[in-house]
Amino acid sequence: MIVPLEHILILAVILFLMGLACTLVRRGNLIMMLVGIEIMLNAAITAFVAGSAAWGKMDGQLFALFIIAMTSAEVSLALAMVVYLHRKRSTLNADAFSRMKG
Amino acid sequence: MTVLFYLLALVATVATFLCITERHPVHAVVYLVTSFFSLAVIFYLLGAPLVAAFEVIIYAGAIMVLFLFSIMMIRPEVTEIDLHPGFRDWWPALLLGGILLAALGYTIFSQPLRQGTVSPGEIREFARLLFQKYGVAVEIVSLQLLFALVGAHYLGGRRR
Repeated sequence: MIVPLEHILILAVILFLMGLACTLVRRGNLIMMLVGIEIMLNAAITAFVAGSAAWGKMDGQLFALFIIAMTSAEVSLALAMVVYLHRKRSTLNADAFSRMKG
Repeated sequence: MTVLFYLLALVATVATFLCITERHPVHAVVYLVTSFFSLAVIFYLLGAPLVAAFEVIIYAGAIMVLFLFSIMMIRPEVTEIDLHPGFRDWWPALLLGGILLAALGYTIFSQPLRQGTVSPGEIREFARLLFQKYGVAVEIVSLQLLFALVGAHYLGGRRR
């Protein structure tokens, strides 16, 4: 370990909080909400890799790999949905989609 | 190495902050790519070169390009693209890029490059764990990718 584990976890927490803030605050743009989710998943990956380096186990890196694969599936579906919603309402404001059938 | 970690952590934090406060989505995505690059180097420093490579290839390469693609396809309403960017628009990019370049120069010139940071045994261990211990998870992830493909085709390929 080049730095103590706590410092990497602090970095991960800061990134996670910024992603959370981005998801909660930027509701006017669905794409920015997705960007916030990406930031949060990256913070999780950072925590996993830090744990893997701290305990000398490979499992953390494997979970990082699975998170990356999961993210690529999630993003492709979510962006297809954003394009679909924009085609329907021609807006990206999340508050415009408060009803499922409308 | 320790100094490098703190520099890269600073770059990642500042780039993410600029990303979430940026008004235009395209600029936000580009700041996020900067953050992902510095996180990838942090993963490399933490002894996870494969995850670092996947971070660059899949995250910065594929997912962010997908974001850019959909942003350009649907053209969001806020399009105050400044045609003549002044110093105000340039300094964050210059600062972050300068720190990244300084970190790169520090790595190259301060110490001899360690040959073979990752031993082949490490990669072999990684692959053995991935396909033997977590073989079921690999299958589930591949099914999930297939479902995502079908769903994205259904949602995006509809012609009206």
